[in-house]
Amino acid sequence: MNELSLHILDIVQNSIKANSTLVKIIINEDHQNDLYTISIIDNGYGMDSKTLSEVADPFFTTRTTRKVGMGVSLFKMACEMADGFFSIESEVNVGTKVCSTFKNSHIDRAPLGDIEDTISILILNDKNIDIYYEHVVNGKKFVFDTVEIKQVLDGIPFTNYDVIMWIKSNIKDGIDTIQEEE
Amino acid sequence: MKSLDDLKKIREAAQQKVSMRGTNNGMRVLVGMATCGISAGARPVMNKFVEEIAKRSLDNVTVTPVGCIGECAIEPIVEILEGDNRTTYCKVDVEAVERIITEHIQGGKPVKDYVIGKYRL
Repeated sequence: MNELSLHILDIVQNSIKANSTLVKIIINEDHQNDLYTISIIDNGYGMDSKTLSEVADPFFTTRTTRKVGMGVSLFKMACEMADGFFSIESEVNVGTKVCSTFKNSHIDRAPLGDIEDTISILILNDKNIDIYYEHVVNGKKFVFDTVEIKQVLDGIPFTNYDVIMWIKSNIKDGIDTIQEEE
Repeated sequence: MKSLDDLKKIREAAQQKVSMRGTNNGMRVLVGMATCGISAGARPVMNKFVEEIAKRSLDNVTVTPVGCIGECAIEPIVEILEGDNRTTYCKVDVEAVERIITEHIQGGKPVKDYVIGKYRL
């Protein structure tokens, strides 16, 4: 996976599987301190401390169709490759928080890539989970929140072509705007 | 920058049209979206399905991201469910999506070049 947005898509699948109703994805670019932070916070059923200690092990998985689980370990590797650090906290019945910090200018810090594609797939999940996306560049903030969008749409589905296109360009333009002003 | 007002206009336009959206009696497209699928390129594949199906107004077809069925080496895997019929496609790319929609979803004939039997029997 050569884009951070692909890792985000992968990690959020775990939140969806954990029966979350809201997933928050928060990206913070702090150029002054040369940090790039991605936090993924859900309110799913969480993990006990034993599961939590095993989760970054590629030979740990909850699934039964195969014996390996690479999602979390690949994300951790991507972040450690870029001089960063990775943390995962979880509480049973409260939720899980995955946080990875990269050295922003590090040559191995992968680009974010097409985050609008990731989000438009995430909102099509079967369980109608709300997605909150926040992107901050040196204090300037862009927010995309499906709670707000659903209110405006008033029952029109996310699968409507014009809605899909609006969502994608809203996210893309929003991020471009906060990055431009640098 | 796209504003919420633009979105309101889209909603109003959509409300004008009489919604013929079938419940779950239509076709379902399942795209494997686990680590293996994503690494093999499932995201652009799913995006293509979503966009093309919306563009062609195939209102009774739903596209859903799903997990992994354990055949990671032949991802991206796409399954088309219609009633009791299940067609499994593997090593799907964006060009294959075009054919699957035109020939299978709209035309009713599975695209033999990508069905799983070509790789696993």
